[in-house]
Amino acid sequence: MSSAAVTSSRFTSGQAPKWLTPAVGLAAIILGAALSALIGFSVATWALFAGLIFVIAGPILIGIIEGRRKGSDAFARFLVYGTFLIALIPLVSVLWTVLSKGIPGLSGNLLTTSMNGVTGVVDNKTAAGDQPILGGIYHAIIGTLEITALATIISVPIGLLTAIYLVEYATGGPLSRAITFFVDVMTGIPSIVAGLFAASFFAFATGSPSTRTGFVAAVALSVLMVPTVVRNAEEMLRIVPNELREASYALGVRKWRTIMKVVIPTAISGIASGVTLAIARVIGETAPILVTAGFVNSINFNAFSGWMATLPTYIYYQIMTPTSPTSPQVSETRAWAAALILILIVMLLNLTARAIAKAFAPKTGR
Amino acid sequence: MSITSDSPNGPSTRRNSSKELPDVGNPAADKIFSGISLSAGILILVVLAAVAIFLVAQALPVFSANAEELTAGSFLKYIWPLTIGTLIASAIALLIATPVGIGVALYISHYAPRRFAKTIGYIIDLLAAIPSVIFGAWGAAVLAPKIVPFYDWLAAYFGWLPIFVGPASQTGKTILTAGIVLGIMILPIITSMCREIFIQTPKLQEEAALGLGATRWEMVKMTVFPFARTGIVSSVMLALGRALGETMAVTLVLASGPLNASLIQSGNQTFASEIALNFPEAYGLRMSELIAAGLVLFVITLIVNVIARMITSRYKEFSGAN
Amino acid sequence: MSKRIDVEDLNVYYGDFLAVEDVNMTIEPRSVTAFIGPSGCGKSTFLRTLNRMHEVIAGARVEGKVMLDGDDLYAKGVDPVLVRSQVGMVFQRPNPFPTMSIRENVLAGVRLNNRKIARSDADDLVESSLRGANLWNEVKDRLDKPGSGLSGGQQQRLCIARSIAVRPNVILMDEPCSALDPISTLAVEDLINELKEEYTVVIVTHNMQQAARVSDKTAFFNIAGTGKPGKLVEYAPTQEIFNNPKQKATEDYVSGRFG
Repeated sequence: MSSAAVTSSRFTSGQAPKWLTPAVGLAAIILGAALSALIGFSVATWALFAGLIFVIAGPILIGIIEGRRKGSDAFARFLVYGTFLIALIPLVSVLWTVLSKGIPGLSGNLLTTSMNGVTGVVDNKTAAGDQPILGGIYHAIIGTLEITALATIISVPIGLLTAIYLVEYATGGPLSRAITFFVDVMTGIPSIVAGLFAASFFAFATGSPSTRTGFVAAVALSVLMVPTVVRNAEEMLRIVPNELREASYALGVRKWRTIMKVVIPTAISGIASGVTLAIARVIGETAPILVTAGFVNSINFNAFSGWMATLPTYIYYQIMTPTSPTSPQVSETRAWAAALILILIVMLLNLTARAIAKAFAPKTGR
Repeated sequence: MSITSDSPNGPSTRRNSSKELPDVGNPAADKIFSGISLSAGILILVVLAAVAIFLVAQALPVFSANAEELTAGSFLKYIWPLTIGTLIASAIALLIATPVGIGVALYISHYAPRRFAKTIGYIIDLLAAIPSVIFGAWGAAVLAPKIVPFYDWLAAYFGWLPIFVGPASQTGKTILTAGIVLGIMILPIITSMCREIFIQTPKLQEEAALGLGATRWEMVKMTVFPFARTGIVSSVMLALGRALGETMAVTLVLASGPLNASLIQSGNQTFASEIALNFPEAYGLRMSELIAAGLVLFVITLIVNVIARMITSRYKEFSGAN
Repeated sequence: MSKRIDVEDLNVYYGDFLAVEDVNMTIEPRSVTAFIGPSGCGKSTFLRTLNRMHEVIAGARVEGKVMLDGDDLYAKGVDPVLVRSQVGMVFQRPNPFPTMSIRENVLAGVRLNNRKIARSDADDLVESSLRGANLWNEVKDRLDKPGSGLSGGQQQRLCIARSIAVRPNVILMDEPCSALDPISTLAVEDLINELKEEYTVVIVTHNMQQAARVSDKTAFFNIAGTGKPGKLVEYAPTQEIFNNPKQKATEDYVSGRFG
């Protein structure tokens, strides 16, 4: 057999030529540009028309050459690839926006000063070019760290112990089924409702309808965090082989010690990475903080008294109510810089979770 | 010697002829530990009951208040537009996120090159990790202004449809924009759940379909979709639950107002956004009104989520996956 | 130290279901006793009642007596955890703790119970237990490596070392070789022969040759049909069970006519 036979055997006959897809793509780009020029050229309409022409014309051509079934297969393939590209657009755009708008706002001030004393007058001066951007996110970082830490301290023990109850002690009775069901219900509580709950609970407990502190916010975040921790820890405990529990019991070790020293250490990497992901999720919550912690421009270290700011509420207020209404771009710059820091924190937490999952995984090497 | 638990305990890592029994700790410790873990579970139930009780208690004054003290004259008149607004925004989000989410999941599970698939999964998870306030800020600062020409175009060519009646908002801060941002935010929920289910499609069935000479798309239609149908529905329901309660995407993106059938004009409002915008300054009856609105939102999301769970649990029973 | 086990009128239930009915037997110290019988005949269930491990399964309960040198394991006020520290158990599949090194695995019974032990005593205990399990020479250079890195047979001997480190009176083995290759099986069987110098050993096995090779006495369990309880059919010196059994069912089973 000569090598020419390989390229045109019976199996390859009737196939569309390899250059067809790129050719259709090129044609689509040119035609798209032309069509978009007809209704007022813009990159968005160009991409839209080019995409449409490609997804429709490509499969039709393939269908003509290779048959109807191959045509619809190609159409589905193009659509699936297309949805993926469409999904990438907002992700890239959000990341690009945060980077391009956030980096100019990064400065020594940002991380080390609060917004105390930064007024509209100050910002107007900045806008006029008389001084660098003043004011920063120091107070918001303090608030974010304290509130998130408190929420973690509240929810991890409750969540972990509940998971232990469900996996190690529950026997499928009505109580354990009720707990499982309501943990599911809790997963679906809208974050703003969690905030309202914490606010109304403390309003009732303290007798003052507007009790707003970092601690109230931490309780609200806990309501969101507990179900995540329970579900994850439950899953991790369930994959610990029963044989290990039995091995421990057979050595004359009590159940609680077996749980604490055999079961949990075996599952710890999964549990820890799950907790880290839960933290990453609540650290970006805005709505529950708005209704529970209030908002301040100055530093407050005490989570149990007085209002607190966090990074998300800082971003929110800088955009919604710029410090200087006449030159809001100064506030926006600060907001995007804060957004960049927030995204960095969240990404860092996500990477940490992956690292933990890898590092503490049970050793199997020889 | 006897082996009852009241026998003397002592350090006996070495066995000697007098045969002291090893110290295995106090039996009460087990009871205490199981008691603690049980009370953590009960605490969750108590907290949830407290959520319901306190929200209801704080909301009650609304129902005994005089009509003229309420924002809209009656509570029903107040929540009606919010309900409609919330449903419109969520419906737009679902219309966008469902096809795209399923497509991306299918891309990851059956189309992407294997080495690539895992990375793409991470990228989509990344989308889920971005805080909602940042999506909101992006929607307001980037998407809204960019989309205005498209709205003008819609108003010009499809203005005869009530939902695209012009003149289009020139800031782009409309319920459609908010819905699009919501759609982007719930996309990862649908994608990650569908991906999990698509991957579980029995390999044997897939190979059988391919062995019969099916194209990849025919294989997907014949095996993956029938297998995953209920899973797709429940993922969409869960995403809906999330969209209903999402706050920031709407608060920052939408220039809210009274009900408006046109999606490309300002107007409309959702529960979550209404609460977030007004609660920080609210007191007295206004506060009760917002809490009552929150309660209504809670009930709506609860119903949606319970339906989703019911579908999932039925699905688990029949799939034989466990 | 090795102890005698007396079982009197023992019934085992799972909820309302009678799993094993009316067992009476005496297991001599310093001997190996094998339990044989078809699948589902209750031999493993019965084995687990000898150190109250069946209680781990919800709904399992026992009527009757199991005496360890005259002390009833099921008397009121007996702490099952203490029972298990006296009656050790080795399982079907090797199950070393994956988070612990070889050394930590051997010391697990001591460490998990928070008992203080001097470093030198611990070293002695590790060495004597691993020697007792015929594993010392193979692992002495890598005591700090994870136990899960050993081969299957080595892991099973590590599990045996782990249970003898607690210094029990009795060692129960639930099909200890069923997950092992022939060479590892041989190593474990040799070990069982040595263990009986010091311990009462009870072993459940599916392999009749194994029962014939390692045990002094053999108990044959059988079941009348699905849903019926398992029963002890015949209990006699191993030679007798395999060469001239008294019961027809035993003869059928050992000659391979069923099961």
